[in-house]
Amino acid sequence: MQNNTNRSYYLVPYFGWMMLFVIAPLVLVIYFSLFDLHGNFSFINYQNFFTSVYLKLTLSSFWYAFLITAFTLAIAYPTAYWLTKTKHKQLWLLLIIIPSWINLLLKTYAFIGIFGVKGPLNKLFESMGIGTQQILYTDFSFIFVSVYIFIPFMILPIFNSLDKMNPTLIDAARDLGSSTWTTFTKVIFPLTINGVKSGIQAVFIPSLSLFMITRLIAGNKVITLGTAIEQQFLVTRNWGMGSTIAVFLIMFMVIIMILTGQKDKGALSNEQIK
Amino acid sequence: MKEIIRAAVAILIICGVLFYVNNQLDKSSGRSGSDTISVYNWGEYIDPELVERFEEETGITVVYETFDSNEAMMTKIEQGGTSYDVAMPSEYAIEKMKENDLLIPIDHSKVPNLSNIDPYFLDLPFDPGNEYSIPYFWGTVGIAFNPKLLDGQTFESWEDLWDPSLKQEVILVDGAREVMGMGLNTLGYSLNTKDEQQLQEATDKLKTLSPNIKAIIGDEIVETMRRSEAAVALVWSGQAADIMYVNEDIDYAVPKEGSNLWFDNMIIPKTAANVEGAHKFINFMLDPEVAAQNADYVGYSTPNEQAIELMDPEVTGDERFYPTEEMRERLEVYKNLGLETLGKYNELFLEFKMDAQ
Amino acid sequence: MNRSSKLSKVYLALVFIILYTPIFYLIFYSFNSGGTMSSFKSFSLEHYKAVFADTRLIMILINTIIIALLSALISTAIGVIGAIGIVYLKNRKSRNALLSLNNVLIVSPDVIIGASFLILFTMVGVKLGFASVLISHIAFSVPIVVIMVLPKLQEMSSTLIDAALDLGASKREVLSRVIIPYIKPGIFAGFFLALTYSLDDFAVTFFVTGNGFTTLSVEIYSMARAGITLTINALSGLLFIVTLLLVLGYYFVTNRTKNPLRTGVPK
Repeated sequence: MQNNTNRSYYLVPYFGWMMLFVIAPLVLVIYFSLFDLHGNFSFINYQNFFTSVYLKLTLSSFWYAFLITAFTLAIAYPTAYWLTKTKHKQLWLLLIIIPSWINLLLKTYAFIGIFGVKGPLNKLFESMGIGTQQILYTDFSFIFVSVYIFIPFMILPIFNSLDKMNPTLIDAARDLGSSTWTTFTKVIFPLTINGVKSGIQAVFIPSLSLFMITRLIAGNKVITLGTAIEQQFLVTRNWGMGSTIAVFLIMFMVIIMILTGQKDKGALSNEQIK
Repeated sequence: MKEIIRAAVAILIICGVLFYVNNQLDKSSGRSGSDTISVYNWGEYIDPELVERFEEETGITVVYETFDSNEAMMTKIEQGGTSYDVAMPSEYAIEKMKENDLLIPIDHSKVPNLSNIDPYFLDLPFDPGNEYSIPYFWGTVGIAFNPKLLDGQTFESWEDLWDPSLKQEVILVDGAREVMGMGLNTLGYSLNTKDEQQLQEATDKLKTLSPNIKAIIGDEIVETMRRSEAAVALVWSGQAADIMYVNEDIDYAVPKEGSNLWFDNMIIPKTAANVEGAHKFINFMLDPEVAAQNADYVGYSTPNEQAIELMDPEVTGDERFYPTEEMRERLEVYKNLGLETLGKYNELFLEFKMDAQ
Repeated sequence: MNRSSKLSKVYLALVFIILYTPIFYLIFYSFNSGGTMSSFKSFSLEHYKAVFADTRLIMILINTIIIALLSALISTAIGVIGAIGIVYLKNRKSRNALLSLNNVLIVSPDVIIGASFLILFTMVGVKLGFASVLISHIAFSVPIVVIMVLPKLQEMSSTLIDAALDLGASKREVLSRVIIPYIKPGIFAGFFLALTYSLDDFAVTFFVTGNGFTTLSVEIYSMARAGITLTINALSGLLFIVTLLLVLGYYFVTNRTKNPLRTGVPK
């Protein structure tokens, strides 16, 4: 079929990318994970992963990734929703993205200053009579800064889903007497589910392997799998163990993809109608 | 579709213009000379004026690149694909690089200024006879503290960190060797020990420090201490100097049980393309006047005897940063522990960090 | 209606204030005559002078921008094609498998990506420098583009395409006249986030660069040990202002030409 050859021709760059930069490194990582420190073939790294330290790390990584994603979604959704109602919505959207173009390490240093015991935030607290608080190196500061970093990644896809939504649908729901809340849960939210899912993927998956913020903002009071991998690669130079943790991280991601993929009815029903 | 194509074309045009501007800048800065050396160093770890002076004096163009950890630097040099002529790693990295055959021996006849270095810093166990490395800066590991935030408490012993009054006040540097070394030193053990029993004891001891720990961080310690955000921190002397440069309240002490003595050194990696130029650069950096200016700029302790003569005696007489030979007796240089023991150190350190949460 | 619009304005204002606070904090200290971000001594423009005096820094900045723009552009093209390919796969299982593979680079820590790309490049014999950095940035930006484009593709009903095909449009025309215009917001979102990825990346760039080529991120991270200079603050401040002006300028210029069409639609 002419159509088919045409289509696969278009796909060459994408699959080329995938072979070279996903499959090849993946094979490399799996290969490395099968060797111990002395270069002997062994499963010792996999065995080591099941010690209490790494299991604990896995759990805490997931917990924090979940919290970060939940808060990001909770803040991003209303933002995206109200952004679509503004006059110059495209401009406002761009203004959401621009801060993310300033170097992350610099912004993190700014946060260290802002959250500090002598920082402006604590000055504000004092003038309000709350008194000085230890903000830095707490769960709060960690989640706050992570949410700050990820928020554009959540707002953009949701905004795009909301933007083109047919307003007559909402009017229809309203006319039929449904409350604002019902309109939202029954009409608006289901229509944006694909955007929300994209946002969750773009936030949850990378936050499993966050590492710099854990040290700078959480003072290593939060440790993730990403931190452990970085240590293994850069400090211990035990590439085998580092790769093993990475293999598990990728496996967890695949499981998440399969779980969220099951609900992927939207695209599926389209195909089935065909 | 039209809009997308228009945007793509606009981006390509912008890139083209920027390319042109960059080329012009490159030409005007005269960096495209034929005789070049490539220097691989920590960021902000050299006075840029000196690099310019070296270029003027020798006609060699310096390409300057930076790294942020010894290990990352080693990976780069090991993999090849680059041609660094001079790099400035720490001493334990030199041992590893020697093991992995990543270094070119330094021809001492081309580095006459080597005689300016204090003999105390030459011929050290990590590189006997300075076959591969020349000391650049050196220092210690100790405690930076802010007397204003403490009621006259001093830190003569590592044990002082365990004082109950320091609840949530202590910051540690995020390094397995440094923190484990502190634990070992507190118990009177060597910070190069391979004895599992001693390591376990040290970890247990460290875990009892948990209530006092505010955070375990990296280079941000400097900013944090400068702002008087925390009272006490385990730091490298170089960081302490950086802190005190801004915040004069801070004091620095090396506890009596002993601590680490560290060196950053100039080496010529296997990847070097201009070995001749590399020797010239190393010799230039050892010039007393140059070394003194560099030490002033960077703020770390120089091993160059002749340079010390030229510097402000108030700086070089400060025993916190230029400890006497007698004080140095208590200090140990890190030895290469081998991957296995290093892994053990890291694992125990991770265990300690998880406990500190 | 009025109350909720007031609430929405307050909420949005709050979000914007938080987003911009750290940036204004950085800019504020770029005027500090003292050398650090810890205490403000007095107003001074010395750090801005230092920016313009430092050709090396300016060249690094230009490199950074070129890499960001080019890598975002190319990865957007590849990502859009990939997303279209994934959506039109008949089999749900292979679609899930492809999406999982797509996300491998997002979940992998930068150190691993950097190290494995470095091994890849030295094996193939690519000279480390501009090309290797550009290729790497393209590589790790593709998945985020796919993720941003997918929801728009999934929302697009297939009847739209069928209708176009029934009307005699060729496959190519369907792509350029129907699909691409519909997913345009997703494409722009992907492009902008690819820019973000590229500008923020430190670890991957560090490993795959060489021969004198550096980006701003690598420069800033390696400064951390001896302290980041306020010159970098000044540079970021300038960059921020220029970007802002460009965006505002572009927006109002293009909108003025479009406005007559838009205002015709009654609200």
